[in-house]
Amino acid sequence: MTTAGSSDAHLSHVHIVPPKVLLAVWGALLALTVVTVAVTTVDLGEFNLVVALLIATVKATLVALYFMHLRWDRPFNGVIFLIAIVTTFLFITIALLDSKEYQPTLDEGQAPGLVK
Amino acid sequence: MSDHEPDHNPHVAHHYETEKQQFESGKLGMWVFLVTEILLFGGLFCWYAIYRANHPEVFIYASRYLDKVLGGINTIILICSSLTMAWAVRAAQMGNNKLVVRMILVTLLCACGFLGIKAVEYNHKLNAGLTPGRHYAPRHEEQAGADPAVVDPASAAGDANPPVAPPDDDKSLIAPAARGPEGLNLGEEKAQGEQVPDNVALFFSIYWVMTGLHGLHVLAGMGVMIWLLLRAKRGEFGPHNFLAVDCGALYWHVVDLVWIFLFPLLYLID
Repeated sequence: MTTAGSSDAHLSHVHIVPPKVLLAVWGALLALTVVTVAVTTVDLGEFNLVVALLIATVKATLVALYFMHLRWDRPFNGVIFLIAIVTTFLFITIALLDSKEYQPTLDEGQAPGLVK
Repeated sequence: MSDHEPDHNPHVAHHYETEKQQFESGKLGMWVFLVTEILLFGGLFCWYAIYRANHPEVFIYASRYLDKVLGGINTIILICSSLTMAWAVRAAQMGNNKLVVRMILVTLLCACGFLGIKAVEYNHKLNAGLTPGRHYAPRHEEQAGADPAVVDPASAAGDANPPVAPPDDDKSLIAPAARGPEGLNLGEEKAQGEQVPDNVALFFSIYWVMTGLHGLHVLAGMGVMIWLLLRAKRGEFGPHNFLAVDCGALYWHVVDLVWIFLFPLLYLID
């Protein structure tokens, strides 16, 4: 590929992820998948959900940082992504808080708005 | 960079000053699009969270009808496809178009495998009547004993209430393939007197919509990959021109991200 008028200065935005890093992240993701399945055989009560979500978050962080390149990207891209995550988190949390307010008015086993 | 002449760089569109500016603009646009994807799925995860918080029994009961093994295999397939897609970006950055083609082919193969397994799961649920909302109609009565091959000796001997192993919480209730279409033993459970929670259909509404939308994203991703494949075959990518592969890979990783959360939330409850 010959490109007229370009020099190495133009390639400053190119970061190539080393194969070792890609393979290490892949291995970590596979290991965490095994862990998340294995941990369901242990009854931790409500903490099963917490553990599952924690593992999923770690996996997602690995994918975002290394496979999606955020670790080496312009920070602005990461900030945009984080804002979306935080917004979604707030959205779900506040909706849950509101929904819990109405819990006593629910018929057992019935969805809000559903009748037996 | 004052000596830079954009007109002479075939990879830079005329409305960009530099290659770097073009690259960063493209990336920014892609990330903004990915944000809309996160918010789209965020709404569905909110739906999930509210119903699970209010009706945990429905989720505990119904998630046992999903096959953890198939879900787990699909998780591994998607993780592998994410690796090959990240590798395709690496190859494109180095101008190795042959490797790009190979990596995207493997990714496409993974996507086909994912959808194939998904099709098996969907087919099973359709046959069992585990369909969403008001279409939910578990067909266990007419299936029990309908196939002479699956009549067990106890019921053949006239035992109206054959002893049934109590449902094992840790095991999927989906029977091994050899047992055929009556696999879901909802009826047996009812005979055992286990309380079937009301509105189990809720879970399947959420299951079908969330995995369905995710499946559509897999399909869209495959379309993008075919486009990238054709371009790589023409040898188009190189250190100055890999933005398309980069953005296609970003999209594919988001598909993987969504599944990373869907798998434990739908398949691994209790």
